[in-house]
Amino acid sequence: MFGWEFPPFNKGGLGVACYGITKGLSNKGVKTTFVIPKAPEDAHADHVKLVVASNIKNVSIKEIHSPMAAYMTNVEYQERIRHLLLHGNEKSKDEIYGQDLFQEVERYALRARKIAENEDFDVIHAHDWMTYKAGIAAKNATGKPLVVHIHATEFDRTGGNGVNQYVYDIEKSGFDNADVICAVSNFTKNKIVEHYGVDPNKVHVVHNAVEFTNFNENAQKISGNEKIVLFLGRITLQKGPDYFVEAARKVADKVKNVKFVIAGSGDMMPKMIEMAAEKGLANKMLFAGFLRGEDIDRAYKMADLYVMPSVSEPFGITPLEAMRNGTPVLISKQSGVSEVVNHCLKVDFWDIDEMANKMIAVLNHSPLKECLAEHGGQEVLKFSWDVPAQKCIDAYKSAIEKRGGK
Amino acid sequence: MTDICFYFQVHQPFRLRRYSVFDIGKSTEYFDEKKNEEVMKKVAGKCYLPANKVILELIRKHDGNFKAAYSITGTAIEQFEKYAPEVLDSFKELASTKCVEFLSETYYHSLSYLYSKDEFKDQVEMHRKAMKKHFGFNPKVFRNTELIYNNELANFVEKLGYKAILAEGADHILGWKSPNFVYKPKTTRKMRLLLKNYKLSDDIAFRFSNKGWEGYPLTAKKYADWIEPAMGDTINLFMDYETFGEHQWEDTGIFNFLSHLPGELLKRNISFHTPSELIAHEPKDEIDVHHMMSWADVERDLSAWLSNKMQQSAIQELFSLRTEVIKSRDKELIERWRKMTTSDHFYYMCVKWFNDGDVHKYFNPYDNPYDAFITFMNIMNDLIVRLKGEDLNRQTALRIPTHNTKWVRV
Repeated sequence: MFGWEFPPFNKGGLGVACYGITKGLSNKGVKTTFVIPKAPEDAHADHVKLVVASNIKNVSIKEIHSPMAAYMTNVEYQERIRHLLLHGNEKSKDEIYGQDLFQEVERYALRARKIAENEDFDVIHAHDWMTYKAGIAAKNATGKPLVVHIHATEFDRTGGNGVNQYVYDIEKSGFDNADVICAVSNFTKNKIVEHYGVDPNKVHVVHNAVEFTNFNENAQKISGNEKIVLFLGRITLQKGPDYFVEAARKVADKVKNVKFVIAGSGDMMPKMIEMAAEKGLANKMLFAGFLRGEDIDRAYKMADLYVMPSVSEPFGITPLEAMRNGTPVLISKQSGVSEVVNHCLKVDFWDIDEMANKMIAVLNHSPLKECLAEHGGQEVLKFSWDVPAQKCIDAYKSAIEKRGGK
Repeated sequence: MTDICFYFQVHQPFRLRRYSVFDIGKSTEYFDEKKNEEVMKKVAGKCYLPANKVILELIRKHDGNFKAAYSITGTAIEQFEKYAPEVLDSFKELASTKCVEFLSETYYHSLSYLYSKDEFKDQVEMHRKAMKKHFGFNPKVFRNTELIYNNELANFVEKLGYKAILAEGADHILGWKSPNFVYKPKTTRKMRLLLKNYKLSDDIAFRFSNKGWEGYPLTAKKYADWIEPAMGDTINLFMDYETFGEHQWEDTGIFNFLSHLPGELLKRNISFHTPSELIAHEPKDEIDVHHMMSWADVERDLSAWLSNKMQQSAIQELFSLRTEVIKSRDKELIERWRKMTTSDHFYYMCVKWFNDGDVHKYFNPYDNPYDAFITFMNIMNDLIVRLKGEDLNRQTALRIPTHNTKWVRV
């Protein structure tokens, strides 16, 4: 499996999903060789990573040294390379990394091919575009069936404006070379059918789930008179933080004693800080930065409402995490998770008035909040990673069948 | 051998418009006229008109030997007048045959008995007047919204002058007793209690088109054969009128079934009676019901309307406004408030069935119970703003339920 770093080192849902699926597969007795890019400067974190991995049976980890990271853009990659050259240790300087992200993806694929040639396995599973070349290389080297998993397309990340042709081409060649494609929702399935000309019969929809064992149930709610509305996610165009700020302005007009917390980081953060100030929300809008581990559950617990206003969200695990913490959620209808969750509020991301209307309702009417928390908290229990893991196994079987295997 | 008593429920609520918190103080358009018109026209075409035609033909064909009772809510009548006057005319034509009886209920199909006896009395009186006005009929028999019932309610209704009352023939109150007799509610003086035979009623209302059911396909002859050996005074077949053509579509053969059933029964010397004709029967026994029951869902209780905190807080707040609403003497405001007492609004907020996506969803104009609650609360808050005559230009202070709000158990 070509995947991404496990929590708590992940930057978003991709790592969470890789961990969840791997764990679910392990529960079902599937042995996984998990190949991940290992950041050169993170060498000190080895033991932690091994501890995380050793929690899962049936998994062996293979690392490829690479500064590549999930969600990275080419600009971010090049900044990282420059940083490495200036500050990296001797070991990291020994490696010759790609000059840009795209070269690095190619280099990574060559390394992946070597690993594939030396491993014994039945099927290749690659997660999102940066590993698709690696997946294809492994397939070409071994003739084993390839399953590509799509967690987010270039169209989700860019909102359809400024789609990077190179990324698009890699995604498309991943879909074309795959024997089976796993999409995290029907929303995403439709997107790849529409934008990449994928045969819908080749796509298995595998909805994500949420982890229950690793979260801190005892995280204390911060008490106080103020109501809190939470945004938690990367502050990027895809996640719709600007719609959140717009709605917050309308909410603040109607509800006193409310604070809005934006937790996360991303390229739109400076713009959002500015926007909040312009709208007179400077002392109502708090930027909490990027949260990890327990802090995430603490943030959900302290919130009266979690909002995910994504413009285009292939799945969206965070609402499930909020529900797991008994926090009511309001999600955009432009998300995969809205296909599978009932006990939450839903809104079109562009409908700011309706978003504010629903936020105000939760803040003002405690029975609504309590009902959402109670029934959402029950509903989320059905989202175990064993379910998507089983669907992956079905996808593997179908891929092996297609390759004429057993 | 036992006789048959048919009663059909006719009801349509005034559905609420999507009303945002930002409409408060700005718009008094509470009701979704477009949706209400659409539903009324659809149901009129699929059910009310064709079903009334069949019933009228049956009455004529059997020369007064076929009879049936209706309970038609005030909100349905208002919507007939507004969107489908020909339906009201066809009910008037049925009334003129004298083979049709009209029952009494709350004008707004409300749960008012549970929250305000004064309001209950007012709405029952409004409904009486409507029955008199449209059908020239003076009801003697009462049925409460969704057959919600207990001893105390029977007692209260007796004091209003009614001779009989309808209820669900639920297993938990009947035990080994048969629903096919006329009973007396415990604690009443001489009230008669007519209990729904839910098995035979639901064979028509729910199972008629179910291909997996052992009784499928149900023909008039087969059904008459089931009824023939039954013992008792009366088999009470109570159901929503929308069963005919709306819940069971025309292509299931439901109208065909309805038009042949009376002939099959009369052939077997089984006759038809209306509820008021059953008052003459001596009660077989007393029936003792303490807890509120209804004809809804498997639970046969109030949980469809009042099981969660949203439902409870919405209805309590609504009724807490009554004194002020009535005192305002603002006819329009009173009418709006009363339309909001209709039980359907609380039914839409029900969470318990939301998980399985069952039939209830078909009747629900909202995507989920939470949206139903939000819309209702926004509208109620506008009503409060108007009630208090607040300066509408000023920012509206929302009414927030206090932490001390106590949930009443009913």
